[in-house]
Amino acid sequence: MGEVERGADVRVALPTTVDEAVDAMATTPEAQYLAGGTDFCVEVSFGLRRPPAVVCLRRVAELRRAEVTPTEVVIGAGTTYADMGTGALADALPALAAAARTVGSPQIRNAGTIGGNVATASPAGDTLPLLRALDARVKVRGPGTEREMGIDELVTGVKRTALEPQELVVNVRVPRLDGPQQFLKVGTRNAMVIAIASAAVVLDLEARRVRAAFGSVGPVPIRPLEAEDELSDAIDWGRLSASEAAVSRFGELAARACSPITDHRSTAAYRRRAVEVIAARGLRRCLRDVA
Amino acid sequence: MTSHDTTRAPGRREELEEEPTDAPAYEVASRYELHVNGAARTVEEAWLGESLLYVLRERLGLSGAKNACEQGECGSCSVLLDDVVVCACCVLAVDAVGSHVETVEGLTRRGVAADIQTALLDAGGVQCGFCTPGFVVAVYDLLRRRPDAGDLEVREALSGNLCRCTGYGRILEAVRAVQEERSRAGV
Repeated sequence: MGEVERGADVRVALPTTVDEAVDAMATTPEAQYLAGGTDFCVEVSFGLRRPPAVVCLRRVAELRRAEVTPTEVVIGAGTTYADMGTGALADALPALAAAARTVGSPQIRNAGTIGGNVATASPAGDTLPLLRALDARVKVRGPGTEREMGIDELVTGVKRTALEPQELVVNVRVPRLDGPQQFLKVGTRNAMVIAIASAAVVLDLEARRVRAAFGSVGPVPIRPLEAEDELSDAIDWGRLSASEAAVSRFGELAARACSPITDHRSTAAYRRRAVEVIAARGLRRCLRDVA
Repeated sequence: MTSHDTTRAPGRREELEEEPTDAPAYEVASRYELHVNGAARTVEEAWLGESLLYVLRERLGLSGAKNACEQGECGSCSVLLDDVVVCACCVLAVDAVGSHVETVEGLTRRGVAADIQTALLDAGGVQCGFCTPGFVVAVYDLLRRRPDAGDLEVREALSGNLCRCTGYGRILEAVRAVQEERSRAGV
């Protein structure tokens, strides 16, 4: 592979606690946090990223803790896709598990983290639709600061966030709702694929409310509020059923809410059509009966 | 309320906690130490932006992990980091300080992948051979966790390893042969 093109010297911190990580960042403001490395290391190897200092998060055990309570799931930012795809986390948030299992390959799922997915804020970030659909909250720490914000406030554009340069994503809090949830993703093949379009559809049985969000069809995850409102009224919540027409209408309104673009992975028209199909299909899988 | 620690790496992890390696808590110098295949290896004069793949191949002379895509898509650089299979191109080498790195050379030396290697050869699962070391690591990892993995599970476990020669049929055949042989031998 020849000589790697050396950048300027890099300083590296290997903290073991969040406090140490935040302190390291405070002493070197232009440093960057490194989580799973699946984007970061590739960009460094290709010369696209030249951080003067790196704060590595792999040793910070508290970032890898996850807790399932009766009302919410608190997922440490260092939790990997592999962690989310099985066990207690998967039982509590099956659609997040489904999304995590579509990410990259086993090797990538063993490394990549939910904190990285959130902070990278790619429109194709696979965990983002479900987090958006459930109004997840993100806790962040900066030097001397701590705050919490909604995923919709945090992700502001294509790979853009409201995070200050020195802020660290600590955890993601996701409400646990009673009801079925689904994640669907369209790509060119099953494995190793970046989403052309993705959908999270959730039924909140207690609030009698449909929640949904779509990925890769806008700069940020798209929440189809009109579709949610209309369908929430159209569902027979006692029987968990809806009419064929209502389900199709949900797909139509969902597609209308999106603002897809044409790029090297797909066209805007295909993406819009894909959302129409996977929104309705996700809903169908949540319902007991469609007549 | 249930709580669970999602840090994986069964077995190995406790060892690590009992015997903390001399990982620098903070700043790492351009000379640092990695634990590779059971031995301490010193990396000198390194640029700290180097990937683990680069350091293994170019600084430590371990060319088993191959560099093909350098972006986590082909699996040719698969290694075990604290007993978890990852792409070495997606690991910053210094971020492996204090961890156990095992490459295909390490598996070979321990003899734990010999039947996988032989089965790949016998089944014709090795043609140009470039992807083979990555497959050996991935198959080793799968079969020790899930010795009875079914066809779909095997395919999923190997979905991050690309082979452009065999069409995969012979590789999958080799995995089945190893499973049958191990089950017959009661391993």
